[in-house]
Amino acid sequence: MILMNDISKTYIIGGEQVHALKNANLHIGRGEFVSIVGPSGSGKSTLMNIIGCLDAADSGEYILDGLPIGNYSQKQLAGIRSRKIGFVFQGFNLLAKMTAEENVELPLIYQGVKLSERKARVSRALSKVGLSDRSRHRPAELSGGQQQRVAIARALAADPAILLADEPTGNLDSKTGMEIMKLFLELHQNGNTIVLITHDSSIAKLAERRISILDGHVEDAV
Amino acid sequence: MSIQVLKMAWSAIASNKMRSFLTMLGIIIGVIAVVVLVSLVTGASDSITGEIQALGTNLLSVRVLDDNGHPVTLSDLKRFGKENEIGLIAPSLSFGATVKHRSETYEADAVGTTGQYDDIRGIKVKHGRFLKAADINNNSSVVVIGHEIAEELYGKSETVGETLSIGGRSFLIVGVLEESGSMISNDDQTVYLPYTVASRMVKRPNITAFVASPATDDIDSAEEKLNQLLMRQFRQDEDSFILINQSALMDTMNSVTGTLKLLLGGIAAISLMVGGIGIMNIMLVSVTERTREIGIRKAIGATRGNILMQFLVEALMVSLIGGVIGLMISWGILEVISSVAGEKVSFSMSPQVIGLALGFSLMIGVAFGLYPANKASKLHPVEALRYE
Ligand SMILES: Nc1ncnc2c1ncn2[C@@H]1O[C@H](COP(=O)(O)OP(=O)(O)O)[C@@H](O)[C@H]1O
Ligand SMILES: [Mg+2]
Repeated sequence: MILMNDISKTYIIGGEQVHALKNANLHIGRGEFVSIVGPSGSGKSTLMNIIGCLDAADSGEYILDGLPIGNYSQKQLAGIRSRKIGFVFQGFNLLAKMTAEENVELPLIYQGVKLSERKARVSRALSKVGLSDRSRHRPAELSGGQQQRVAIARALAADPAILLADEPTGNLDSKTGMEIMKLFLELHQNGNTIVLITHDSSIAKLAERRISILDGHVEDAV
Repeated sequence: MSIQVLKMAWSAIASNKMRSFLTMLGIIIGVIAVVVLVSLVTGASDSITGEIQALGTNLLSVRVLDDNGHPVTLSDLKRFGKENEIGLIAPSLSFGATVKHRSETYEADAVGTTGQYDDIRGIKVKHGRFLKAADINNNSSVVVIGHEIAEELYGKSETVGETLSIGGRSFLIVGVLEESGSMISNDDQTVYLPYTVASRMVKRPNITAFVASPATDDIDSAEEKLNQLLMRQFRQDEDSFILINQSALMDTMNSVTGTLKLLLGGIAAISLMVGGIGIMNIMLVSVTERTREIGIRKAIGATRGNILMQFLVEALMVSLIGGVIGLMISWGILEVISSVAGEKVSFSMSPQVIGLALGFSLMIGVAFGLYPANKASKLHPVEALRYE
């Protein structure tokens, strides 16, 4: 599903090079639930952005679901994101002016899904995260945990090949965090491929497999 | 997708009503300026051209200033009229006359002329007839009167067969003219009498003014011919007479109002441009404010094109709504001005002006929305998501 060979990414801040990723190698199979764990600043988000086709690596080879990413246009990358990837962010990243339902619907609109099918998929996704009764609420009217569930529903709505979650429990208290983790485990049981990024090893160990990252080095114990 | 784009744009506009309204205000004022100014000039020039038309546009009028001992007579006119280029021709001897009927008096304009005058000027007779050749040849004491004279002296317009007196001489009314309603022609206040009679009454034996119509549509060659004839008549002294081509007057008028329309329209268009800059300004602020939103949209699958469209449609919607509001207010303003100005002038919005205003608003929306929209679409998703 995900195959990375010698992926590197360097940022230049104030003339100084920051090697966010150094020759990262990664292999994640279909249906796996993998956690990527490492301290703050170790390059986790950079890795996730590359996996999620939000950003391009400076060098190396990346194959996502059989597609060699690298020589695609911005437009094609947007299409790949929309079909293959479901993002869940630490800060939820819901659109504040839209209801839960509308937030979940948005990726389907960009995919060009018909109205009737959109409605069906939105209600299916919201019921998967147990929020059918909150569909008309705006993010501000929901608790943090509920907002993150909406974000997960949004990621699921488009039936992505991979769920990519970057510190999804980072903004939640530990109890709510555990509920979100239960949801991920449930989704994994139903066959979803999940990549979970966290600095919290107690969260990380709930995954099927752990990959550590330190100073841009990925230690993939396959 | 397209309905979704419109919905998104609408909700963005609606979610910040005050700002959207202030942004629109520039466009609203611009559209009002364009529509009202152009409509006013159009209305005013229409009424002026209407007046000129009432005087007759297809005619030449001549005034003799100094005949140098070669006076123009009726037989000269007859000779002029025989030229191929010239159609009808009639003298026009104007003077002021007090018209009496019993104890009623009326200060009228009097014109001594011949039977072709009404056709040259396009004057319509309502009751009876106009003057005819026999009236002139026989020095008949007959008159044709304007609508207002009939109403003032007799309280009715059907007055054929009545008599009135001018300068102590009694005249039989043989015709009454249709009401012209014109502001600059005085046909309604004029009494027409046979040229020969008038000439004797005011003791002016020679023709000092006359009007002529061209034989064909070609008024310019008629003008040229008449000029030739008059030059010969007055021994090549071009200061002896004035020859006015009314259709040229109309052309001049049209070019003046055309220029005026262009000028005012241009000034108004500049204010519309300023409105457009307002839109661009707000859109740029909006793009910055919504950087994170743009990042989120891109992360969940929006292409550059999607983002571009979203912001462009938003700008277009603002400018178009502004344009429509501006049109509605303009309509109201023009209604008020029209009702104040009275029925003589009508200031209405022509479909062209409406089209122009809406087209302009749309153009401004595209022109000034494109840059911010493009800027939004080019944001890097990762940078946009990191934006606080
Ligand atoms: N857009 C960026 N510009 C410059 N430096 C960046 C950028 N993103 C990340 N970095 C740097 O790269 C390193 C890894 O960052 P990141 O991937 O966000 O780590 P993590 O998510 O593990 O905290 C950090 O040193 C960070 O400062
Ligand atoms: Mg991070």
